[in-house]
Amino acid sequence: MMTEGRITTAKGRVAVMEGSQAIAQAVKACRPAVISAYPITPQTHIVETLAGMAARGELDADYVRADSEFSAASILAGASATGVRTYTASASQGLMLMTEVIYYLAGTRLPVVFTGANRQITAPIGLQPDHQDTMSLRDSGIIQLYVESVQEAYDTHIQAFRIAEDHDVLLPAMVCVDGFVLTHVFEPVEIFDQPAVDAFLPPYEPVHYLSPDRPMVFGSFTDETNTLEARYITQQAALRAAARVEDAARAYQTQFGHFHGGLVDAYRCDDAEIVLVAMGSVIGTLREAADRLRAGGISAGVLKVRCFRPFPAQQVREALGGARAVAVLDRSLSFGAAGVLATDVKAALYDSPEGRRPLVLGMLAGYGGREVTVDTARKIVDEARRALGAGRPPSCAASFVGLRRELLPEERT
Amino acid sequence: MNDTALETYGASPYTPGHRACPGCGASIAVRTILAATGPEVVVVTATGCLETFTSPYPYTPWGVPWLHVLFENAGAVASGVELALKRRGLGGRTKVVAIGGDGGTFDIGLGSLSGMFERGHDVTYICYDNEAYMNTGVQRSSATPVGASTTTTPPGARAWGEDRPKKDMPAIALAHGIPYVATASVAYPRDLARKVVQALAIAGPKYLEVHCPCPIGWGFDPAQTIALARLAVRSGLVPLFEARPGQPPTARKIGRPCPVTEYLQAQKRFRHLFERADGAEHIAAIQAIADANVARYGL
Repeated sequence: MMTEGRITTAKGRVAVMEGSQAIAQAVKACRPAVISAYPITPQTHIVETLAGMAARGELDADYVRADSEFSAASILAGASATGVRTYTASASQGLMLMTEVIYYLAGTRLPVVFTGANRQITAPIGLQPDHQDTMSLRDSGIIQLYVESVQEAYDTHIQAFRIAEDHDVLLPAMVCVDGFVLTHVFEPVEIFDQPAVDAFLPPYEPVHYLSPDRPMVFGSFTDETNTLEARYITQQAALRAAARVEDAARAYQTQFGHFHGGLVDAYRCDDAEIVLVAMGSVIGTLREAADRLRAGGISAGVLKVRCFRPFPAQQVREALGGARAVAVLDRSLSFGAAGVLATDVKAALYDSPEGRRPLVLGMLAGYGGREVTVDTARKIVDEARRALGAGRPPSCAASFVGLRRELLPEERT
Repeated sequence: MNDTALETYGASPYTPGHRACPGCGASIAVRTILAATGPEVVVVTATGCLETFTSPYPYTPWGVPWLHVLFENAGAVASGVELALKRRGLGGRTKVVAIGGDGGTFDIGLGSLSGMFERGHDVTYICYDNEAYMNTGVQRSSATPVGASTTTTPPGARAWGEDRPKKDMPAIALAHGIPYVATASVAYPRDLARKVVQALAIAGPKYLEVHCPCPIGWGFDPAQTIALARLAVRSGLVPLFEARPGQPPTARKIGRPCPVTEYLQAQKRFRHLFERADGAEHIAAIQAIADANVARYGL
């Protein structure tokens, strides 16, 4: 619930509210015509708040209580193809169940906006905030923005509609919000008045939509003579989205004074020997860690990857090129390979010129919800310094940070 | 539309040029359905034969806005289309018709269809029932009738074809309390067109199931599609009825039923029943299904 105390600002007001309620306020301000959702922890407070707004008449949207996440996304596919603005939120298994539809939305260029309230994937079943769920959508064509704070979650949802619906893009977009850490935390948030949001986000103008006045078909069958071209077109749209992510962040800054980074946000990276790369709510902790490390004489920096898809390889190369070692803190793992973000960071750096290709350490930190503190960050930096001393990264591609070896079967004998 | 649907076939928004097999029952059904709906409609189609043979890019026989999303979500997609049309001020004027095969309706799409029913969306859902997964090569669905051979229910020393009764999908639809449920057959196009018009005139979710012979999957001469569909109805195996909640169904009378053997013998998928030692008892069981239909619906 929002607290009584509010501070009025030039274009809105500041109030203390739960992350989910801030997200719901942003979605409401974006005026979706159809919202469809299915309950799953930790997404529930978002959709409950929206359902309440619709019930009270504060939000002029059709709120559909779907029979599954799969149907929730499918309902929005139908509504979006019929030319209206649409929104849903889900998490974990729900996103897995939506996956088939999300690939369709990207392939058919339908700009549905999602909140991904990050939560672990079963098995084991649990509620821990990690990125395994949203990262499993990596290859679907959906735009993914990972946020650091409740304020950024609010601001980025408004930007996401503008990015997704840009006629150069027309792709689904997902704002990835760490479950509980952001969805259930109470923070002061500045939310903006409707006219101000309207000025930033114009009404959705679909290019293609179902109408008897102008019949067209969606979802055709393709073959070896044209499937490749369909893929190429979607790839071009995804690549074009990168500039739109930057534009939206800068335009938002101009209009509202808030900026959380564009594709990336580099913190004290310019002269850093060691840079920590991560996404989501852990960034705040890492900024604090970098400050303390620098106070102790270690030049550390932080690179926040805000937009994971499209992947900002050029910006990553530029931000990391001056460092000697990079530790990527991953909250998702491709089993049998490495952390998902680390893989992309390494691939980006491969194209760096000689001398601007730092050592890369793949660290699973925050994976499975294991807490990352300033001390955790300090230990990771220590490991990076040891690697620099040895002249090579640790032999394992993905280190499990904070692993409790006493729980492992092979350690019990 | 009106009773002149057949006379306006030439004006059906479903046009020639698609890639259906010769004698395809589903295609005949859709031509009749679209002649009945006219152009003021959005059609949602589940993955399946109909989607495949009507949408090879860049061609289309659909003269109406048409949307294919996936296999198992036509009910949900149609729900979203209906809501968006209302938002655009086209509610009531532009009708929404979803069309899926028996696999997309009875099996994989049943969950999303149930959601569409219970939420009360103003959508006419039509199942073209050809009684197996024809698009993938004639595999058994829960609409496959007892005794039928499919590529996944082949007869053998320990099997005599499909050994489970056909799922009673109209009863499932009716159990949702939706205002209109009907069955139809391509052999009776006026009846089919009338039921489509009837469904469109009623607000809320409607379910219409159309029996559509498949020459490839059932094994018969493509010139005999209509004759075979008529035999299915006349035998009592496919009752044509309309049902509304709280009222007894009203069925099309068939007069003196023909024996089911007349229908079964005309198809390769039942041939094994006439060749194997235990065939007679299975045929008798199929006859009992027809007899029960005659009694249940007053055929």
